[in-house]
Amino acid sequence: MGELIRRYGTGLSIAMVALTAFWLLILVVVPNLVLFEFSFKPYLPVAELGGPKDFYSLANYQTFLKSPIHIVIFGKTVLYSAIVTLICLVMCYPLAYFLAKVIKPANAPTIFLLLLIPLWVSEILRSFAWFIILAFQGPLNALLLGLHIIHDPIRWLSGFNGVIIGLIYSYVLFMLFPIYNAISSLDTNQIEASQDLGSPTWRTHWRVVIPHSKPGIASGCVMVFMLCAGSVIVPSTLASTNSRWFTEIIQQWMFEGLDWNTGAAYAFLLLMLCIIFVSLVMRLLNVRLVDIAK
Amino acid sequence: MSSKSFGNFVIRAYLVIFLLFMLLPLVVMGGAALNDSRMPSVYPWVGFTGQWFTDLWNDQVMWVAIRNTVLVACAVVCIAVPIGTAGAILLNSVKPNVRSLIYGFMVAPILTPGAVIGISTLLFWNNFNVSAGLHLSILGQVSFIAAYVMLLVLARLQSFDPGLEEAALDLGANHGQVMRRILIPHLYPAIGAGALIAFFQSVENYNITLFTRGNSQTLTVYVGSKIRSGITPTINALALILIVMTVIAAITYEILRRREQARQKLIEVDPE
Repeated sequence: MGELIRRYGTGLSIAMVALTAFWLLILVVVPNLVLFEFSFKPYLPVAELGGPKDFYSLANYQTFLKSPIHIVIFGKTVLYSAIVTLICLVMCYPLAYFLAKVIKPANAPTIFLLLLIPLWVSEILRSFAWFIILAFQGPLNALLLGLHIIHDPIRWLSGFNGVIIGLIYSYVLFMLFPIYNAISSLDTNQIEASQDLGSPTWRTHWRVVIPHSKPGIASGCVMVFMLCAGSVIVPSTLASTNSRWFTEIIQQWMFEGLDWNTGAAYAFLLLMLCIIFVSLVMRLLNVRLVDIAK
Repeated sequence: MSSKSFGNFVIRAYLVIFLLFMLLPLVVMGGAALNDSRMPSVYPWVGFTGQWFTDLWNDQVMWVAIRNTVLVACAVVCIAVPIGTAGAILLNSVKPNVRSLIYGFMVAPILTPGAVIGISTLLFWNNFNVSAGLHLSILGQVSFIAAYVMLLVLARLQSFDPGLEEAALDLGANHGQVMRRILIPHLYPAIGAGALIAFFQSVENYNITLFTRGNSQTLTVYVGSKIRSGITPTINALALILIVMTVIAAITYEILRRREQARQKLIEVDPE
């Protein structure tokens, strides 16, 4: 801190500390504490706020525990987010290795530019594109019928199929880029040394490339899981009545029930889920937060 | 050797399939904008029409939504860039143990679902009787977008030589000059990239905006409500315009990059 003042003077230092404090306290920490506090209070009309009924309780969390439907939806959200994360990892690792170490370095930027196009076109339109493709009388069924791969059109948008495809399409690049960055920083000589010493391809990957790319894998998994579990737009576009997502329940409390307190409790559960997942990944892959968020 | 070239073929084919998987949906969505069918689809192809673009042009709500989106994005850039830059400089000059703690708080919003940020922002300001609206969307978005700016600036700071600041101070520059003439110019690329990312992250944001916007419309929220109720191909017309703009930007960037590359090669070959 003294270093800061010595370099930039008192005025500028105070300004920078003030900006950072505004960000971390007013925009990040305190709102989350308020969310936490709010989730323990009952939902009351304005007139009764501060009245005898206004006390802390676990009632909002009990609402969750007493509702088997919500628990099942929460469980399915966790399960399918984990499945999507795993699929993305399996899809991206070979590709990231190929782009980082096999192709000519001059070609990589062109491929990344192509991949960035869907990313710039925005999340909501990405899931809308799949809404069109997966429609019952849409192009995918027409194509598969035309090729005689299937004999009856498939209802893609019932169940979790649509959501899984949409989530993969929307967030797969958040897995690809960190793993690519991690593998790029590996010295190619290490891979060659391993091969020269007679290690088969799979062992080179298992013992050399994967250990080195662990921070990238961790970062990708955390981002994809968080984006999936917290996704609002993909489920609301591609899910059906039998495949609801936890964020839809939160929306219900906030917008239809207008019960912000229970909504806060449910949002807090979602936050806890993500915190637990981040710590789990950090523990499993033995990486630090600094490695994950780069 | 043949097994190796076979493996190479498989991975190349996989790359092509992956690229098709990422890009074909955009072609389908864009193509549906030109199909003369009331439901957005490319199959069956009814006929070519430009009607959906006319409808889009006449959609007053959408124009309001676009204006709001741009205003919010500009505000987010103006707030998030100074905050993120200040945060990075501050982080770079504190003790290591404090550093990792602050760092944790700074990157936490990136790892927090947008719905949670949106709701917590809404509830926090509700305590001060600030009701929902685009001003809250701006604050909610800044909380995580500032983290992206911070990460970019922090990475750039690694290549900064603090000796330059020492030299400037020794030569009698005041603190404001050190900041303005030495540090900030070095950070320009990161600040520029940060501003660009901040702008597009804000434009594309849905989750935070949904919970904090009140009754105001932004483009993503408007498109979202259109998709839920009464889908029309006007959304595809909008999508096609966005895709074409993105592709033009990408091609321009690629041409500039290749030209720069060729120039570099020329310099290498002929040092004069």
